[in-house]
Amino acid sequence: MTKIILPELGEGITKAVVSYWYFQAGQAVKKGEDLVEFTTDKATFNLPSPVSGKLTEILAPEGQNVNVGQAIGNIEE
Amino acid sequence: MSSGFDFEVLDLGLIDYQKGFSWQQDLVNEIASGKRKGVLIFCEHSPVITLGRSAKKENVLKPGEQLKSLGIEVVAANRGGDVTLHLPGQLVVYPVFNLRYLGRDIGLFLRNMEKAVISLLNDYRIKATALEGSTGVWVEQKKIASIGIAVKNWVAYHGVSLNINCNLDLFSLIRPCGQDIIMTSMARFIHFNDLNVSEIKIKLADKFKQVFTRG
Repeated sequence: MTKIILPELGEGITKAVVSYWYFQAGQAVKKGEDLVEFTTDKATFNLPSPVSGKLTEILAPEGQNVNVGQAIGNIEE
Repeated sequence: MSSGFDFEVLDLGLIDYQKGFSWQQDLVNEIASGKRKGVLIFCEHSPVITLGRSAKKENVLKPGEQLKSLGIEVVAANRGGDVTLHLPGQLVVYPVFNLRYLGRDIGLFLRNMEKAVISLLNDYRIKATALEGSTGVWVEQKKIASIGIAVKNWVAYHGVSLNINCNLDLFSLIRPCGQDIIMTSMARFIHFNDLNVSEIKIKLADKFKQVFTRG
């Protein structure tokens, strides 16, 4: 299982809001496809899927504030 | 920090907002695939209100019908930030840059864009500053440049809009960036005859070179 986490986004950015999931739990995703979008004060950031597999769980739904390094979902390879 | 980064400059002139967006999307894909490292786009847009991902509808202060009668479109944009307005006389700068060459640091990228614009304005003897916690460029507590970006596959797009000589009255149609702020422009500080947009573009491209490629 691969954990999806909010990566380091750089200077002064410690958290972000999960603004859009491109997939629903249970759906198949391919490595490199847009998986989830985060929004900070002045930037949006699209996180591509790190692996191919099934998005088994969404831990942070849209609208939730998450910290850098926090797990927001799981993918079963 | 710059680690071999360089960029090309592309001047699209006056272009519809959606066409400008389409250019950016194509370039994001090219840059993500490694064909280019970065492209700095200059353009101007016909009047358009754009709603960033954090936009609240109440920050557009006039009904859609009225905006339509004024020839102003309202479009959703996938950048960060709230509501903004583009119009002729405002220089829109889209640095479509591969942040893999720039330390994968979105915060630093935003600060460096501010730095480039501030340095340009200082050359015109306009005392511009950045305000902590309020991304953008400010002169005498008024906003002269707004910033909002998106990042896909670590390629940044969207960017900065710098008011050069635009109709500032139109900003009364919105709460810019969702705040009660007053907008200003370079024309408020410099005589019209000294505002040469072609020269501003050349100087600003050079400021971006200094900030992003010479570390």
